[in-house]
Amino acid sequence: MSAETPFEPQRFTLTRADLVRYAGASGDFNPIHWSDRVAGAVGLPGVIAHGMLTLGLVGSAIAAWTGDAEVVELGAKFTAPVVVPDDDGGVVVEVAATKVSSDNGLMTIAMEVRCGDAKVLGMPKATVRA
Amino acid sequence: MDPAIVDRTFAPVGPYVVSAAKVAEFATATQWRGAGVPPTFPILLLNDAMLAFLADVGASLERIVHGEQRFAYQRPIVVGDELTATLRVASLRALGGADVIGTVSTITDASGQVVCEAKATLVHSGATEEGAA
Repeated sequence: MSAETPFEPQRFTLTRADLVRYAGASGDFNPIHWSDRVAGAVGLPGVIAHGMLTLGLVGSAIAAWTGDAEVVELGAKFTAPVVVPDDDGGVVVEVAATKVSSDNGLMTIAMEVRCGDAKVLGMPKATVRA
Repeated sequence: MDPAIVDRTFAPVGPYVVSAAKVAEFATATQWRGAGVPPTFPILLLNDAMLAFLADVGASLERIVHGEQRFAYQRPIVVGDELTATLRVASLRALGGADVIGTVSTITDASGQVVCEAKATLVHSGATEEGAA
Protein backbone atom coordinates (compact mmCIF):
# COMPACT_ATOMS: atom_id res chain seq x y z
CA MET A 1 0.00 0.00 0.00
CA SER A 2 1.85 3.05 -1.21
CA ALA A 3 -0.99 5.11 -2.65
CA GLU A 4 -1.04 8.78 -1.73
CA THR A 5 -4.38 9.77 -0.27
CA PRO A 6 -5.30 12.17 2.53
CA PHE A 7 -6.82 9.33 4.55
CA GLU A 8 -5.13 7.16 7.18
CA PRO A 9 -6.07 3.47 7.06
CA GLN A 10 -8.82 2.58 9.53
CA ARG A 11 -8.50 -0.63 11.55
CA PHE A 12 -11.34 -2.59 13.09
CA THR A 13 -11.04 -5.64 15.33
CA LEU A 14 -13.65 -8.38 14.96
CA THR A 15 -14.15 -11.09 17.58
CA ARG A 16 -16.83 -13.78 17.78
CA ALA A 17 -18.76 -11.47 20.12
CA ASP A 18 -18.81 -8.84 17.36
CA LEU A 19 -20.31 -11.37 14.94
CA VAL A 20 -23.03 -12.27 17.44
CA ARG A 21 -23.73 -8.58 18.00
CA TYR A 22 -24.00 -7.95 14.26
CA ALA A 23 -26.25 -11.00 13.79
CA GLY A 24 -28.67 -9.57 16.34
CA ALA A 25 -28.50 -6.02 15.01
CA SER A 26 -28.95 -7.03 11.35
CA GLY A 27 -31.26 -10.02 11.72
CA ASP A 28 -28.86 -12.22 9.74
CA PHE A 29 -28.61 -15.38 11.82
CA ASN A 30 -26.99 -17.60 9.19
CA PRO A 31 -25.08 -20.14 11.35
CA ILE A 32 -21.90 -19.89 9.24
CA HIS A 33 -21.37 -16.66 11.21
CA TRP A 34 -21.48 -18.29 14.65
CA SER A 35 -21.26 -22.10 14.42
CA ASP A 36 -17.94 -23.87 13.70
CA ARG A 37 -19.91 -27.04 13.02
CA VAL A 38 -22.04 -25.48 10.27
CA ALA A 39 -19.17 -23.43 8.82
CA GLY A 40 -17.05 -26.58 8.55
CA ALA A 41 -19.91 -28.57 7.02
CA VAL A 42 -20.23 -26.11 4.13
CA GLY A 43 -16.50 -26.14 3.50
CA LEU A 44 -15.43 -22.90 5.14
CA PRO A 45 -12.12 -22.72 7.03
CA GLY A 46 -14.03 -21.53 10.11
CA VAL A 47 -16.71 -19.14 11.27
CA ILE A 48 -16.68 -16.07 8.99
CA ALA A 49 -17.83 -12.49 9.38
CA HIS A 50 -20.97 -11.36 7.56
CA GLY A 51 -19.94 -9.70 4.29
CA MET A 52 -22.32 -6.89 5.18
CA LEU A 53 -20.49 -6.41 8.48
CA THR A 54 -17.25 -5.88 6.58
CA LEU A 55 -19.03 -3.45 4.25
CA GLY A 56 -20.43 -1.76 7.37
CA LEU A 57 -16.86 -1.23 8.60
CA VAL A 58 -16.09 0.36 5.23
CA GLY A 59 -19.01 2.74 5.79
CA SER A 60 -17.56 3.56 9.18
CA ALA A 61 -14.14 4.31 7.68
CA ILE A 62 -15.77 6.62 5.14
CA ALA A 63 -17.57 8.50 7.93
CA ALA A 64 -14.32 8.85 9.89
CA TRP A 65 -12.40 10.13 6.85
CA THR A 66 -14.98 12.55 5.54
CA GLY A 67 -16.36 13.93 8.79
CA ASP A 68 -19.65 12.15 8.25
CA ALA A 69 -20.25 13.28 4.69
CA GLU A 70 -23.49 12.19 3.02
CA VAL A 71 -22.96 8.82 1.33
CA VAL A 72 -24.38 8.74 -2.18
CA GLU A 73 -23.00 5.37 -3.24
CA LEU A 74 -21.36 2.48 -1.42
CA GLY A 75 -20.64 -1.02 -2.61
CA ALA A 76 -18.29 -3.96 -3.00
CA LYS A 77 -18.02 -7.57 -4.03
CA PHE A 78 -17.55 -10.15 -1.30
CA THR A 79 -14.53 -11.97 -2.65
CA ALA A 80 -12.82 -13.70 0.29
CA PRO A 81 -14.03 -14.71 3.75
CA VAL A 82 -12.97 -12.96 6.95
CA VAL A 83 -12.33 -15.92 9.25
CA VAL A 84 -12.84 -15.01 12.91
CA PRO A 85 -11.19 -17.35 15.44
CA ASP A 86 -12.78 -18.33 18.75
CA ASP A 87 -10.30 -16.43 20.89
CA ASP A 88 -10.07 -13.11 22.73
CA GLY A 89 -7.98 -11.31 20.09
CA GLY A 90 -10.09 -11.79 16.98
CA VAL A 91 -8.88 -10.47 13.64
CA VAL A 92 -8.15 -7.00 12.29
CA VAL A 93 -9.85 -5.68 9.17
CA GLU A 94 -8.00 -2.75 7.62
CA VAL A 95 -9.71 -0.29 5.29
CA ALA A 96 -7.27 1.77 3.23
CA ALA A 97 -8.12 4.45 0.67
CA THR A 98 -6.21 3.89 -2.58
CA LYS A 99 -7.58 6.63 -4.82
CA VAL A 100 -9.59 9.74 -4.11
CA SER A 101 -11.09 11.87 -6.85
CA SER A 102 -13.47 14.82 -6.77
CA ASP A 103 -15.90 15.89 -9.44
CA ASN A 104 -18.95 18.09 -9.48
CA GLY A 105 -19.35 18.23 -5.69
CA LEU A 106 -18.88 14.51 -5.28
CA MET A 107 -15.86 12.68 -3.88
CA THR A 108 -15.20 9.10 -4.94
CA ILE A 109 -13.01 6.92 -2.75
CA ALA A 110 -11.61 3.63 -4.00
CA MET A 111 -10.30 1.34 -1.31
CA GLU A 112 -8.49 -1.82 -0.45
CA VAL A 113 -9.92 -3.88 2.41
CA ARG A 114 -7.66 -6.51 3.91
CA CYS A 115 -7.68 -9.08 6.66
CA GLY A 116 -4.08 -10.12 7.14
CA ASP A 117 -2.62 -10.68 3.68
CA ALA A 118 -5.96 -11.32 1.99
CA LYS A 119 -8.01 -8.76 0.10
CA VAL A 120 -11.52 -9.54 1.32
CA LEU A 121 -13.60 -7.14 -0.80
CA GLY A 122 -13.59 -6.65 -4.56
CA MET A 123 -13.68 -3.09 -5.87
CA PRO A 124 -14.88 -1.45 -2.65
CA LYS A 125 -15.90 2.07 -3.60
CA ALA A 126 -17.86 4.93 -2.11
CA THR A 127 -19.09 8.29 -3.37
CA VAL A 128 -19.91 11.05 -0.90
CA ARG A 129 -21.17 14.61 -1.23
CA ALA A 130 -18.04 16.64 -0.63
CA MET B 1 -33.83 -21.46 -11.70
CA ASP B 2 -36.72 -20.51 -13.97
CA PRO B 3 -35.65 -17.76 -16.40
CA ALA B 4 -39.19 -16.36 -16.06
CA ILE B 5 -38.15 -14.73 -12.78
CA VAL B 6 -36.17 -12.13 -14.71
CA ASP B 7 -37.96 -8.77 -14.60
CA ARG B 8 -40.38 -10.07 -11.99
CA THR B 9 -41.13 -7.72 -9.12
CA PHE B 10 -41.86 -9.37 -5.77
CA ALA B 11 -44.23 -8.30 -3.01
CA PRO B 12 -43.05 -5.20 -1.10
CA VAL B 13 -41.61 -5.62 2.39
CA GLY B 14 -42.54 -3.04 5.01
CA PRO B 15 -43.31 -0.43 6.05
CA TYR B 16 -40.34 -0.52 8.39
CA VAL B 17 -40.15 2.36 10.86
CA VAL B 18 -36.57 3.51 11.50
CA SER B 19 -36.13 3.94 15.27
CA ALA B 20 -33.31 5.67 17.12
CA ALA B 21 -32.82 2.55 19.25
CA LYS B 22 -32.36 0.23 16.25
CA VAL B 23 -30.02 2.70 14.55
CA ALA B 24 -27.93 2.89 17.74
CA GLU B 25 -27.78 -0.91 17.98
CA PHE B 26 -26.76 -1.21 14.32
CA ALA B 27 -24.20 1.60 14.69
CA THR B 28 -22.56 -0.17 17.63
CA ALA B 29 -22.49 -3.46 15.74
CA THR B 30 -20.74 -1.89 12.73
CA GLN B 31 -18.29 0.16 14.85
CA TRP B 32 -19.80 3.26 13.29
CA ARG B 33 -17.57 6.32 13.51
CA GLY B 34 -20.12 8.87 12.35
CA ALA B 35 -23.42 10.46 13.28
CA GLY B 36 -26.71 9.72 11.55
CA VAL B 37 -27.81 6.42 10.06
CA PRO B 38 -25.07 4.06 8.74
CA PRO B 39 -25.31 3.62 4.95
CA THR B 40 -25.62 -0.17 5.23
CA PHE B 41 -28.59 0.11 7.63
CA PRO B 42 -31.22 -0.80 4.97
CA ILE B 43 -29.79 -4.34 4.90
CA LEU B 44 -32.40 -4.94 7.63
CA LEU B 45 -35.17 -4.54 5.05
CA LEU B 46 -33.17 -6.06 2.23
CA ASN B 47 -32.69 -9.28 4.22
CA ASP B 48 -36.47 -9.55 4.60
CA ALA B 49 -37.04 -8.77 0.92
CA MET B 50 -34.48 -11.41 -0.06
CA LEU B 51 -35.99 -14.06 2.24
CA ALA B 52 -39.46 -13.36 0.82
CA PHE B 53 -38.08 -13.64 -2.71
CA LEU B 54 -36.29 -16.93 -1.96
CA ALA B 55 -39.43 -18.38 -0.36
CA ASP B 56 -41.50 -17.28 -3.36
CA VAL B 57 -39.24 -19.02 -5.89
CA GLY B 58 -38.63 -22.08 -3.68
CA ALA B 59 -34.92 -21.51 -3.14
CA SER B 60 -33.19 -22.14 0.16
CA LEU B 61 -31.07 -19.68 2.12
CA GLU B 62 -28.45 -22.34 2.83
CA ARG B 63 -27.57 -22.42 -0.86
CA ILE B 64 -27.28 -18.66 -1.27
CA VAL B 65 -24.01 -16.74 -1.14
CA HIS B 66 -24.07 -12.95 -1.12
CA GLY B 67 -21.71 -12.00 -3.95
CA GLU B 68 -22.02 -8.25 -4.18
CA GLN B 69 -23.94 -5.38 -2.61
CA ARG B 70 -24.26 -1.79 -3.77
CA PHE B 71 -26.30 1.13 -2.44
CA ALA B 72 -27.20 4.27 -4.40
CA TYR B 73 -28.86 6.95 -2.30
CA GLN B 74 -31.21 9.74 -3.33
CA ARG B 75 -31.19 11.06 0.23
CA PRO B 76 -29.91 9.85 3.61
CA ILE B 77 -32.18 7.72 5.80
CA VAL B 78 -33.30 9.48 8.98
CA VAL B 79 -34.92 8.28 12.21
CA GLY B 80 -38.68 8.24 11.75
CA ASP B 81 -38.58 7.17 8.10
CA GLU B 82 -41.16 4.55 7.12
CA LEU B 83 -39.38 2.48 4.51
CA THR B 84 -40.64 -0.12 2.06
CA ALA B 85 -38.40 -2.37 -0.04
CA THR B 86 -39.50 -3.81 -3.38
CA LEU B 87 -37.23 -6.42 -4.97
CA ARG B 88 -36.99 -7.03 -8.68
CA VAL B 89 -34.89 -9.68 -10.40
CA ALA B 90 -32.81 -7.83 -12.97
CA SER B 91 -30.68 -10.63 -14.36
CA LEU B 92 -30.03 -14.36 -14.21
CA ARG B 93 -27.10 -16.29 -15.57
CA ALA B 94 -25.66 -19.75 -15.10
CA LEU B 95 -22.11 -20.09 -13.83
CA GLY B 96 -20.63 -23.53 -13.32
CA GLY B 97 -23.79 -25.18 -12.01
CA ALA B 98 -24.85 -22.15 -9.99
CA ASP B 99 -27.37 -19.43 -10.76
CA VAL B 100 -26.12 -15.88 -10.45
CA ILE B 101 -29.13 -13.70 -9.64
CA GLY B 102 -28.94 -9.95 -9.96
CA THR B 103 -31.54 -8.19 -7.82
CA VAL B 104 -32.48 -4.53 -7.52
CA SER B 105 -34.42 -3.46 -4.46
CA THR B 106 -36.01 -0.03 -4.45
CA ILE B 107 -36.45 1.52 -1.02
CA THR B 108 -39.16 4.14 -0.81
CA ASP B 109 -40.42 6.37 2.01
CA ALA B 110 -43.96 6.95 3.27
CA SER B 111 -44.64 9.41 0.45
CA GLY B 112 -43.49 6.91 -2.17
CA GLN B 113 -40.29 8.80 -2.96
CA VAL B 114 -37.23 6.70 -3.71
CA VAL B 115 -34.67 6.88 -0.90
CA CYS B 116 -32.21 4.25 -2.07
CA GLU B 117 -31.68 1.68 -4.75
CA ALA B 118 -29.83 -1.43 -3.56
CA LYS B 119 -28.31 -3.94 -5.96
CA ALA B 120 -27.39 -7.39 -4.71
CA THR B 121 -25.86 -10.33 -6.51
CA LEU B 122 -26.94 -13.66 -5.05
CA VAL B 123 -25.26 -16.90 -6.06
CA HIS B 124 -27.57 -19.89 -5.73
CA SER B 125 -25.66 -23.18 -5.88
CA GLY B 126 -26.92 -26.61 -6.88
CA ALA B 127 -28.26 -27.96 -10.13
CA THR B 128 -31.75 -28.93 -8.98
CA GLU B 129 -34.41 -26.90 -7.29
CA GLU B 130 -36.44 -29.88 -6.10
CA GLY B 131 -34.17 -30.40 -3.11
CA ALA B 132 -34.60 -26.85 -1.87
CA ALA B 133 -36.72 -26.51 1.25
